[in-house]
Amino acid sequence: MEPFIKIKSIATPLDKVNVDTDQIIPKQFLKLVQKTGFGQYLFYDWRYEKDGSAKKDFVLNDPRYRDSKILLARNNFGCGSSREHAAWALLDFGFRTVLSTSFADIFYNNCFKNGILPIKVNEQVLQKLFESRSEIEIDLEKQTITNDGVVISFDIEPHWKKILLEGLDDIALTLQYNNEISKYENAQSNSSLRVS
Amino acid sequence: MAKTLFEKIWDSHVVKEGDGRSLLYVDRHLVHEVTSPQAFDGLRMNKRKVRRTDLTFATMDHNVPTSNRSLPILDQTSATQIKALERNCKEFGIELFDINSPNQGIVHVIGPELGITLPGTTIVCGDSHTSTHGAFGALAFGIGTSDVEHVLATQCIWMEKPKTFEIRVEGKRKNPHAITAKDIILSIIRQIGTAGGTGTTFEYRGEAISELSMEQRMTICNMSIEGGARAGLVAPDEKTFDYLKGRRYIPKNYDKLVEYWRENMKTDSNARFDKSFTLHADVIAPQVSWGTNPAMTVDVTGRVPFPEEYAKGNPEEEKAATKALQYMGLKSGTLITDIELDRVFIGSCTNSRLEDLTEAAKIVKGNKVSSKVRAMIVPGSQHVKKQAEELGLDRIFKDAGFEWRESGCSMCLGMNPDILSAGERCASTSNRNFEGRQGSGGRTHLVSPVMAAAAAIRGHFIDVRELDLN
Repeated sequence: MEPFIKIKSIATPLDKVNVDTDQIIPKQFLKLVQKTGFGQYLFYDWRYEKDGSAKKDFVLNDPRYRDSKILLARNNFGCGSSREHAAWALLDFGFRTVLSTSFADIFYNNCFKNGILPIKVNEQVLQKLFESRSEIEIDLEKQTITNDGVVISFDIEPHWKKILLEGLDDIALTLQYNNEISKYENAQSNSSLRVS
Repeated sequence: MAKTLFEKIWDSHVVKEGDGRSLLYVDRHLVHEVTSPQAFDGLRMNKRKVRRTDLTFATMDHNVPTSNRSLPILDQTSATQIKALERNCKEFGIELFDINSPNQGIVHVIGPELGITLPGTTIVCGDSHTSTHGAFGALAFGIGTSDVEHVLATQCIWMEKPKTFEIRVEGKRKNPHAITAKDIILSIIRQIGTAGGTGTTFEYRGEAISELSMEQRMTICNMSIEGGARAGLVAPDEKTFDYLKGRRYIPKNYDKLVEYWRENMKTDSNARFDKSFTLHADVIAPQVSWGTNPAMTVDVTGRVPFPEEYAKGNPEEEKAATKALQYMGLKSGTLITDIELDRVFIGSCTNSRLEDLTEAAKIVKGNKVSSKVRAMIVPGSQHVKKQAEELGLDRIFKDAGFEWRESGCSMCLGMNPDILSAGERCASTSNRNFEGRQGSGGRTHLVSPVMAAAAAIRGHFIDVRELDLN
């Protein structure tokens, strides 16, 4: 996984609450068996007309945001289906961070697993960022968001911070605890209350 | 210390405490074709094995056709994904209920049906409706593909401990055949909102929950995720133990386990929840969703709301409601019972079990599907299908003009050929009315099986309390 240290870019404002993962990546694109190539289908139904041409009024088609790495979203972003394809599509399109007032739990987790930093901010901060036209800098080490000379700090769970900064493989981390897992399994299999 | 049911299950599964999160042991891992291929690829790339093949079960449900199973699958990408699951299960030694297996079905229907689901266990699956299994007092939740790979490799999962959220449903429903488990859960989501349970685990309690059958409890727990909670639990009781007894995959020490569960798998009387919400069952009416998320729901006796009325002063929600009405092609103020349907879908992991079909058949019997409506029944599993056929339900539905199909997820998410065309309006017993969910441009109204059946006959919604259902 590519580490996340610091990024700076213009932010893409997606002004809509309760955006579900069915919108982020519609079901017809879940049949691929790899993790790459989903960016072209990101927000497909909102992004394209029936004939495949780009919808002019959809923010992802606005040339001003072409090189954006930051997505600004509204409350309860990523709700619904657990499909990790949503995170893969955002990453493949070029987004490395999403800012919102809240995220759905499974989506939030899926972001970190793919090197995307989801940041929870309060309503006022989010509104300011939506209104700003200038670049935003996200510094994970310092846990800061900088925009128009204003520095705002954000919270992140320490384990996610470490995993993102170092681009760690969660499975390799867990396998360090192989002895503990085996111990748990042995206790289970010797118990009269085993479930296997 | 007094504990909730959730805390008891959590504590007994912690393998290791981490930095703000815990490593939990997973007792059952269910796998399907859509969210697993990349996980198996990851294992191969890193030369890893599946740690506990005996705790891992796979089936194909999301994109299997529900038409004649002896014909080849026409959609090449679906066929590729199904083939990939077959190959992966063979290579890694995982038991697979394939497309021709008598045990095939929607993963959340077959888990309980086969006795794979057990009280007090942890269950994960790469599907958000894994919460269904919480009906048995299991801590069951959906995970992404990276975590599918993690569980395959380690049989464990890292979790930040969610908060506890008590959902009390007090009193009794006035007409339990007309007002169903679906109406209870839609009423809850409508009030707490789709993010109401974010960061929490629900425990459903109260008289109206205890009196529900296991299948009805599954309908409630299934939609916990639509209220924002990854998991929702009901404490196991005699109904739970009776349901599971004798099923194929229950452990040999089942009776011993029941003794333990009976005493321990419940919330202590003086335990505290972080949050609580109470619903009174006696005032619930049949529910119909009008918008593009499950909280956008009203009573069948109501009208399509005005955006400002729905939003209650929240400008973002008002905008969303305006957009939802536009997408749904509905005018504020329209009576729900004036909404005409093109399609009816009875199926999905929410409402495709035998009881759902039995209740729907009571309404359908001796009637005909409206000439304007195309209606289909998709049983949740091959076992459900077979049992329904033994009861003659298939005849009742087919005589009325319903399509009677093979088991799978089908039109709940339209990954197979069962989809809505743009603009088509559907009464659906599924769980999500998101834009495009059942087909690009399709319009979904979430309802119970009896409401869907009645809508198929009349061609528009009706209040099923007006019918004699006993």
